[in-house]
Amino acid sequence: MSAFGEAAGQGMSRTSAQHRAQAGLVGRLINGRQKYLAAAVCVAVCTVMLLPLVASVLASLKSTEEAAAAPPTYIPHGLSLDSYERLWNYQAGLPVYFSNSLGAAALTILFCLALTIPAGYGLAKFRIPAKEALFVVLLLGLIVPYQALLTPLFFLFVQLKLHNSLVGLAIVHTAIQLPFSIYVMRNAFEAVPRELEEAAIMDGCNSFQVLVHICLPAVVPAMITVSLFAFITSWNELLAALVIMNKDSSFTLPLILAAARQQTSIGGTDWGMLQAGITISIIPCMAFYLLLQKYYMAGFLSGAVK
Amino acid sequence: MHSKTSSYVGLLYVAPALAFVLTFTVYPFAQMVWMSLHNWSLIAPKKYIGFGNFVKAWNDPQVWTSLEFTLKYTLFITPILMILGYLIALLTAENRPLRQFTRSVVFAPVVIGLGASSLLWYWLFSYDFGLINRALIDLGLIARPVVWFGADADISMWAVIASIVWKVVGFGTILFVAAIHAIPGEIGEAAMVDGASYWQRVRAITLPLTAKTILLVTLVSVIGSLLAFDQFYIMTAGQPRNLTATSVFLIYLNSFPYLKLGYGAALSLILAGIILVCTFLQMLLSRRSHA
Repeated sequence: MSAFGEAAGQGMSRTSAQHRAQAGLVGRLINGRQKYLAAAVCVAVCTVMLLPLVASVLASLKSTEEAAAAPPTYIPHGLSLDSYERLWNYQAGLPVYFSNSLGAAALTILFCLALTIPAGYGLAKFRIPAKEALFVVLLLGLIVPYQALLTPLFFLFVQLKLHNSLVGLAIVHTAIQLPFSIYVMRNAFEAVPRELEEAAIMDGCNSFQVLVHICLPAVVPAMITVSLFAFITSWNELLAALVIMNKDSSFTLPLILAAARQQTSIGGTDWGMLQAGITISIIPCMAFYLLLQKYYMAGFLSGAVK
Repeated sequence: MHSKTSSYVGLLYVAPALAFVLTFTVYPFAQMVWMSLHNWSLIAPKKYIGFGNFVKAWNDPQVWTSLEFTLKYTLFITPILMILGYLIALLTAENRPLRQFTRSVVFAPVVIGLGASSLLWYWLFSYDFGLINRALIDLGLIARPVVWFGADADISMWAVIASIVWKVVGFGTILFVAAIHAIPGEIGEAAMVDGASYWQRVRAITLPLTAKTILLVTLVSVIGSLLAFDQFYIMTAGQPRNLTATSVFLIYLNSFPYLKLGYGAALSLILAGIILVCTFLQMLLSRRSHA
């Protein structure tokens, strides 16, 4: 019985060893082939993801006649800046819309930093009564989507004469970004070592001086993250702009493009100009993303899923 | 910072942000509740009607159409986003040049605007001028161009879904990759020694150990889909016959072009309630993941 058991045991262990060796061999073969397969799939995925962007940029460079051709050409026969020229002169002109978008984004960055630097500092470094309850109030924007608040906000802005103004639009964009920004800022201030502040207090600094001279230099990466996300949100936001900006000259880029799609569709959509507009509105986002990828990913991974 | 006054000093630093939230989030919310109980427009004087707006919403077939369409869209797009996002995460999780490059490329559309990407896909799907009809015909897959937008609500929805998957699939991928990287290496190696195949390891190790991230990303994407607006405003404009007007679209239509602010507020409140349930689940989950 015991001999049998031993033999069985040996048999078992031998087959499992064989099995393992086999799996290793097959596994290696498959791994070798899989590596090429995975690389091929990677290339395919990249192609699918990049094609629409490439097609749009190419379409924006077609001549006026070619951009209006049906069926469309895949690759432009010749390069021309006609579409960009039409966009430049469309309605109030591209410079107006571009600077409106830029202005709203700059104000949003300013508001976000001005509000969340002190708030993050206060939350991280001071004992405040009912601090966590306060923190929840500050994060309320996460619970109530701004899409649902636009009706009363529109009414409020009409009363405050903030509709059709970049300040009003930037306020809504700030409200969207505030919870994320406070979260990032508080974490950043909490990571500043206490010894540094204590030394400064010993030297007679007040809390504001500590903030400016000791803490602020240490939270610059968080400030970049907050600014980057504020820019991208504001630059791309459509619905609030649609609600608040109803004068042609106060439109932002996404608004004028959406309007151009509707206005020109009556007399035949100007596809070339639309693609030029898309290209122009994508460039700043892509540029900032590529330049500041480190900060983007830091913010994204820490705050995207709150 | 140790003195007794410090709590007031701290409060002082938080005060501006607090005032901002009270003015531009809490007050509008209260006002929304108040508005929802009134027949309220910018032109005529407001009139208290109790729950009249809610009764009206209940009996408004367009409210149900919009809600149903929004839920249908959410129900179809979420699994596609999760599965595709996860597969790409598995494909690109290894830190090698080609994989990292692929990861960056897949994430790139996340940073561009939804408005810009929707216009881009509106063109790609255009009947005579779009490259998708042209390519499908050249490949012999269809004989005549497809009317993607405006004729059939389902075809419109699938075209929008294709564009949004392209736009946001990288969102999940990046978070999934981060979760996969957080799995201790020894666990996978132990399974490899035991002779487990790649897909066995994925099922037994990777999926369970990233389950929390999968759930969180699912919730974030459900909330995002329930609040969909830009893509439908630009690509379908709600057509045909407002069949593709999402919930947010309907709020927009009632509040702004029609200026029925009271009714818009009531619809907003209903939507906020639905979102609240999702957000609550999300916070419950993320709180546990921090602990």
